[in-house]
Amino acid sequence: MAEIIIRNVAKTYGKTTIMDGVNLTIRNGEFVVILGPSGCGKSTLLRLIAGLEDITDGEIEIGGQIVNQLEPRERGCAMVFQNYALYPHMTVAENIGYALKVAGVAKAERLARIEATAKAVGLADFLDRKPGQLSGGQRQRVAMARAIIREPKVFLFDEPLSNLDAKLRVQMRHEIRRIHNAVGATSVFVTHDQHEGMTLADRLVIMNKGTIEQIGTPEDIYEHPASLYVAGFVGSPAMNILPGSLDATGLSVLLADGQGLDIPSSFKARAGQLVQIGLRPEKLSILPKGHGQLSATFQFFEELGSARIYHLLIEDIPLGVVSEHKLSLTEGETVGIGFPTSALHVFDGPSGRSLDRPGVAERVAELV
Amino acid sequence: MIERTPILNIATHVILAFGLIVILVPIWLAFVAATHTLQAVNSAPVEFWPGDQLWVNLQQAWAQSDFGPKFVNTLIVSIGVVVGKITLACITAFALVFFNFRGRMLIFWMIFITLMLPLEVRIVPTYAVAANALTPFQTIMDWTGINWLIATLSGVEVKLEWNLLNSYTGLILPLVATATGTFLYRQFFLTIPDELVEAARMDGAGPLRFLWDVLIPLSKTNIAALATIMFVYAWNQYLWPLLVITDRANYGMVVVQLSDLVPDQLTTGGGTPTWHLAMAATLVVMLPPIAIVILMQRWFVRGLINTDK
Repeated sequence: MAEIIIRNVAKTYGKTTIMDGVNLTIRNGEFVVILGPSGCGKSTLLRLIAGLEDITDGEIEIGGQIVNQLEPRERGCAMVFQNYALYPHMTVAENIGYALKVAGVAKAERLARIEATAKAVGLADFLDRKPGQLSGGQRQRVAMARAIIREPKVFLFDEPLSNLDAKLRVQMRHEIRRIHNAVGATSVFVTHDQHEGMTLADRLVIMNKGTIEQIGTPEDIYEHPASLYVAGFVGSPAMNILPGSLDATGLSVLLADGQGLDIPSSFKARAGQLVQIGLRPEKLSILPKGHGQLSATFQFFEELGSARIYHLLIEDIPLGVVSEHKLSLTEGETVGIGFPTSALHVFDGPSGRSLDRPGVAERVAELV
Repeated sequence: MIERTPILNIATHVILAFGLIVILVPIWLAFVAATHTLQAVNSAPVEFWPGDQLWVNLQQAWAQSDFGPKFVNTLIVSIGVVVGKITLACITAFALVFFNFRGRMLIFWMIFITLMLPLEVRIVPTYAVAANALTPFQTIMDWTGINWLIATLSGVEVKLEWNLLNSYTGLILPLVATATGTFLYRQFFLTIPDELVEAARMDGAGPLRFLWDVLIPLSKTNIAALATIMFVYAWNQYLWPLLVITDRANYGMVVVQLSDLVPDQLTTGGGTPTWHLAMAATLVVMLPPIAIVILMQRWFVRGLINTDK
């Protein structure tokens, strides 16, 4: 029952601007993941929503109420912290129930709710333990239970999985999604891990240097990155980027090594414009020499089991290809590279903005 | 680096044993002296083994120094100092660490600098304040002319007076302000992760709630350590009680009483020094601090085992 509207929010510490003019609407019950590298302001945004930091400029509205001046406890948000932030001297039960205790909930009701919540996250057998006696995953569950028990309107997650090992991380990811679906509160999840972002989100928000680069569904962002930055950040292995410039016709890109690459006229590219060509490694295929749109020199490959990552060079620009085919290539061998036209991304050279078809930038504006 | 070689082991043990002897021999001698008669203590070869007069000496020393009420006094003052110091240190450090206000560092350094000013150094001004705790206000009012104004307007001359001499308050208050405790607490509070503070805020706990529910339980071992040190400190006070208490019958402290038993030219007047009584009294006076240290040490250990970090 809570929509979060962020209007023109800015945050400065003294003279340093952390965030500027951020606009974002998070719909009721939606799971939004804010994705970005460390220092991009994503945690700050979350803390602004939580009320742990003061907003320098702009407005945040939660469930129809401007919360700029409200204390964290009055905002109806619950937060799961990166390092769990459990009270070390309290038992699991006390940790989970502390918010209720502070709120003055009667002991009998409190105990019942603690029990129910603990059961929901699989902690029923650990209620008497102290956090120090729990494993990382269990502590994470306590932190989640502590958030759930308050029945908040909004869940805020601040990189909650980054301290877990890879296997547990996947497991907790599913758990978080399950709890979100069960509770139905609006969730905002901050992470620098693109896998977490892609798998968890209804919508992804990509942040860079205190501004929002792109908002969209994971698929949207993967298929139509609005900028080079987004393209490089989402997808693994990272998108191949080939610098070049358009020829006089505006329909062919001259790459660094002199190869030409035809692009459809639907790109909003001008003749002579400096561009960056983006190609996802998993959309490329290696063909015999002379076939395909490009030619490249084979270097080596990495075995993944299910597939291989082939590392090639076009002049001195690296090009990765993910392929299930077990090819036997020798180092220095020239091969052809083929791909469907739909796999082609074209970005403006200096600014890095996408020149992609039906103006992704405009679509983003609509979503905001 | 931990080295384990037989020679080093032996060497360290020898040093330890030597240190132990240096500390224990005087205590043993005090104990021995307390178990002999006046004659035995003062005769030529120093006695090294206990005699049979301990109980007699203890009783005499106890009666002569009026230790019953004096122990109660000292206990009241010591506990008062401990509780006062811990409370003050805790809330001061709480304010310094968790609140952002103008001049925060200035205040911290001012408190810190007082570490260099123990009671002995500032004893004269402190005595002046204890004689009339409102002197500073009186001075301010005199200087600013408020008193003159009041005197001219109403004809009443304002004389503020609050005498702390010969009272528990006077004994306790000057000993309560403590930079050591504040510093200790500050350092501990600085180790509390920000996330814990924020988690408490998200849980809806206000500052005092956080202090009471989270910080104080977490600083149990700190409290135990500080309480031990401060109890011994307060118990051993000599100079301040000597100055501020003239009504020794009602407010005397044990250490001051003890010093009266220690023979000097004045007390013996050329007679035989009563070392056996002085030593018996010493044993009695020593007991509470030792008991506290032993008791608190168990707490220390328990606290250390239970820390969940």
